[in-house]
Amino acid sequence: MYAQMVDTGAKKLRSPEEMTPEERAFQARVDADIKIEPKDWMPEAYRKTLIRQISQHAHSEIVGMLPEGNWITRAPTLQRKAILMAKVQDEAGHGLYLYCAAETLGVSRDQMVADLHSGKAKYSSIFNYPTLTWADIGAIGWLVDGAAIMNQIPLCRCSFGPYSRAMIRVCKEESFHQRQGFDIMIKLCRGTPEQKAMAQDALNRWWWPSLMMFGPPDASSVHSAQSAQWKIKILSNDELRQRFIEQTVPQADFLGITMPDPDLKWNPERGHYDFGAIDWSELYEVVKGNGPCNRDRLRARVEAWENGAWVREAALAHAAKRAAAAEKAA
Amino acid sequence: MSREWPLWEIFIRSQHGLAHKHVGSLHAPDAEMAIKNARDVYTRRNEGVSIWAVRSSEIAASSPGEKGPLFEPASSKVYRHPTFFPMPDEVKHI
Repeated sequence: MYAQMVDTGAKKLRSPEEMTPEERAFQARVDADIKIEPKDWMPEAYRKTLIRQISQHAHSEIVGMLPEGNWITRAPTLQRKAILMAKVQDEAGHGLYLYCAAETLGVSRDQMVADLHSGKAKYSSIFNYPTLTWADIGAIGWLVDGAAIMNQIPLCRCSFGPYSRAMIRVCKEESFHQRQGFDIMIKLCRGTPEQKAMAQDALNRWWWPSLMMFGPPDASSVHSAQSAQWKIKILSNDELRQRFIEQTVPQADFLGITMPDPDLKWNPERGHYDFGAIDWSELYEVVKGNGPCNRDRLRARVEAWENGAWVREAALAHAAKRAAAAEKAA
Repeated sequence: MSREWPLWEIFIRSQHGLAHKHVGSLHAPDAEMAIKNARDVYTRRNEGVSIWAVRSSEIAASSPGEKGPLFEPASSKVYRHPTFFPMPDEVKHI
């Protein structure tokens, strides 16, 4: 979700007999829920997949600051502005926790940033949609952060220690994000008819992209099976999506707004909500780089990195100069 | 591409009387900036009263391969735990 469609390099799932003794011992540890730590032996494909997954997750946090940052200067009250700044600052923090976790696997921060900027590394499709009105800030907190929590809570139990610990920190903070979003939605839905219409419009635009965040149906994906065996993916895309729908529909009922899906209805036989077909071609287009804001987002990141280069260099030069002076004085 | 800022390990004391605990790492050009960055990254919700920043390259760590020789000798010395010595019920305050 924050990491979608992560390639594991696997062609098929291997049986214990096909594994080397080291791989078997590794898998036994994973099966016994013993965390893998950075210095432990791990299959190269596990390491590479985790770098892809964690860096994609980190990039999503960082790029995710852009659509929300768009509204900081125009938040309706000073308090809303302070809250939104705190939320966006949290996203930066979450990105940093995750970059650190990925770095324990032997990839450098600069390499990860370079891969984002070259388009080699992805970030979540959801951040390629524009935030057109203030209601979008409500919808993002409620739906996007809600979907993120759904995905990240199981990841607290994932097999890689540093990733698991980062997820625990993130989850502790994320609930504030979802609630501040829902609070914005409540205010709008209890406001004027125009304000309520804004809330409905935001839900209309964010609902389907939020469902796509969980990724395509994965029942038959070899990558999902491999990630599940390694316990770096705990629940399937479809399971998470269904849970998200189940949790969110009653919340929309409370707000008095409706999902833009005529096929969405409770199925008493299944004990679940049925919902309409998702247009997967849209997700694939957005992931390919053709969403409404892909180019803007990447340009903003590259510009921030390039414009900050002299600061990073100056700080290093200053530190070196001070260290040299201290050595001379000693 | 210029040189990357060095990596620092961050330890936070959550309350007076408790030990500093490792919380994660971050990049910073020097110790002063490491502590400032740690304030923003790891204590946004009053998590700490004190920060230590240590250059990651300065940390020596035991390797997983040494786990046996390092830690196994302790596992047979169960008499180091008070529960090894059952005390008669009538004996109090011990």
